[in-house]
Amino acid sequence: MRSSSRYGLRAHHLAVFVSALFSVWACGINEGGPEDPGEPTLSWTNPGSSAASFPSGQGGRYGFGSPASVTDIAVWDIDISPNGAGLPSGGSTVTEGLKVYQKKCMACHGPTGTEGPFDVLAGRVPGDEFQFAEDRSLRSTVGSYWPFATTLFDYTRRAMPFDFPGSLSDEEVYGVVGAMLFLNDLLPEDAVVDSATVAEIIMPARDRFIPDDRTGGPIIR
Amino acid sequence: MRKDGKKIPDASKGDGEAPPNELRTVSRRALITGAAATAGSVMTVGAARGLGIEQSSLDPTRVPGERPVEVGSRSPFETPEKQLSGSAGGSSRTPHHELHGILTPADLHFERHHHGIPQIDPTQYRLLIHGMVDRPTLFTLDDLKRFPQVARLHFIECSGNGGAGSRTDANPRMSPQAMDGLLSTSEWSGVALATLFEEVGAHSDATWFLAEGSDAAVMSRSIPMEKAWDDAMIAYGQNGEAIRPEQGYPARLFLPGWEGNTSVKWVRRLELSDRPFMSREETSKYSDPILGGKARLFSFVMDAKSLITYPVYPDRLTSSGFVEISGYAWTGRGVIDRVEISTDGGSTWADAVLQEPVLPKCTTRFRYAWDWDGRPAHLMSRAIDETGYIQPTLEQITDVRGPGTRYHYNSIRGWRVNSNGSVEFQPPA
Repeated sequence: MRSSSRYGLRAHHLAVFVSALFSVWACGINEGGPEDPGEPTLSWTNPGSSAASFPSGQGGRYGFGSPASVTDIAVWDIDISPNGAGLPSGGSTVTEGLKVYQKKCMACHGPTGTEGPFDVLAGRVPGDEFQFAEDRSLRSTVGSYWPFATTLFDYTRRAMPFDFPGSLSDEEVYGVVGAMLFLNDLLPEDAVVDSATVAEIIMPARDRFIPDDRTGGPIIR
Repeated sequence: MRKDGKKIPDASKGDGEAPPNELRTVSRRALITGAAATAGSVMTVGAARGLGIEQSSLDPTRVPGERPVEVGSRSPFETPEKQLSGSAGGSSRTPHHELHGILTPADLHFERHHHGIPQIDPTQYRLLIHGMVDRPTLFTLDDLKRFPQVARLHFIECSGNGGAGSRTDANPRMSPQAMDGLLSTSEWSGVALATLFEEVGAHSDATWFLAEGSDAAVMSRSIPMEKAWDDAMIAYGQNGEAIRPEQGYPARLFLPGWEGNTSVKWVRRLELSDRPFMSREETSKYSDPILGGKARLFSFVMDAKSLITYPVYPDRLTSSGFVEISGYAWTGRGVIDRVEISTDGGSTWADAVLQEPVLPKCTTRFRYAWDWDGRPAHLMSRAIDETGYIQPTLEQITDVRGPGTRYHYNSIRGWRVNSNGSVEFQPPA
């Protein structure tokens, strides 16, 4: 019950969009940069210093630090990518998520995610208009402003709830993410929430973001 | 009582109670002052003292001076303080109008946290670098300090700085601290990130890395690799001492010229990748809505800006004649080329003098000799950087970004000088 065109789950659009977006950014950001990142411009190196020719041993390395094992990395490697990489197995339901939400989130974000007192999380604009530049009073809710649902999973798991950060189980996080998507009219109330749901859902604001076009010089952007 | 109404210690009472922690730093000089007050006439020269000095004040040539102390403190007559602001995450603002030069004392450096200040035992600190690298590596703090050190003077500014000053209904009784206090300048020491990325064998096709902090928000931002190869560093020193806890102790990412949020404090992990991670802080926050139903992502660079720090609210000019208008200018795109001053509300502009050193991605102090005729005036400063960018007016910004723009408030600030010498914030018309 997690796949429904009514709720904008269009997986095949994801890869095309993301790769297009990233290639645009890559062009902008690499402009004027070193041609080959493997031969970086070490702008910290002082003229005449020996740093450029040092070190001589250890295969060109200093040899400081110790190898990080797969186990070491797993302890801290908690990020979720927009393509869903990093999402854990398992899942939950909107119904279960609403119970967690009421218990652990509602005090700060309100019964339906719209009341505060802290960040307003729920709410859509009619027609999913994106008039944040025109109207300063608009709140950047999950449904109106967040481009990726993976961000919601990532942030909720790493930093929420505010008084007990990082305390939610993966199952609870899936549930809360589902509840949040439900409260933003992006999932039905009887939906299952798992890695595919989070990775594939197309958020209303997904195509609203563009690379920074400020470049310095006389033009104000 | 001090002018701000706070109690200062009165050690002359000698009631034997240890002063509370917050008062200890000023207790030594207060002790001398208190003793002198008790001794009274012995310590003062008398009614014929002259020089315009109050009869009751201490003659410092008639009492032994203070002994050296292990850790110095400010004169008890100097009480600059950060101004606390914000809600849950917390922030504090640098008192620009009480500072000289360009360096910010570390204890007055602004703060912006997303979930408070973590306490980190330096022996338990680790920096993990992994992802698209040949050798995933853990560095201790000692490991980091063994690499060749780099040190530079740089500003850091929160991209939300100046929001209050960018409103058309801005409160005229706002100091530069209240308005633009989320800016500070320090000498940062550490290891070039390029050195570490070379050490771990960064893959040539890695284009982004995630920087993650070990605060309760586990703050994370995606950074283009190009910045690492340029001038990014892992900093552990600030103004000659270890970075303060509120600035990222024991080590932070530092990205010169970029919005402060990207210089992730208490950095614990760098993961190299071929795409950005789209963290909450770089999507739902720190993105910039612009006209046409869009928003900018990854608007890293802080554009040129300047700030008059004298005369400003709450200063009051006491007489007409010479007034040195002073402040600082900075740009994330290199060096400040010049700063212009207007005293007539932007009708005419003249160059200010730039005080050396003029450094890239650092605040530059400017000065302008003004002959005030005692009539109302409207002071402004605007910075021009090496790219030819001219600090815009608020109107110029909102014309292209709309009134809802949420970060990068670098518009020209203005100060109205009234005929009675009082000064109030008044942006350009």
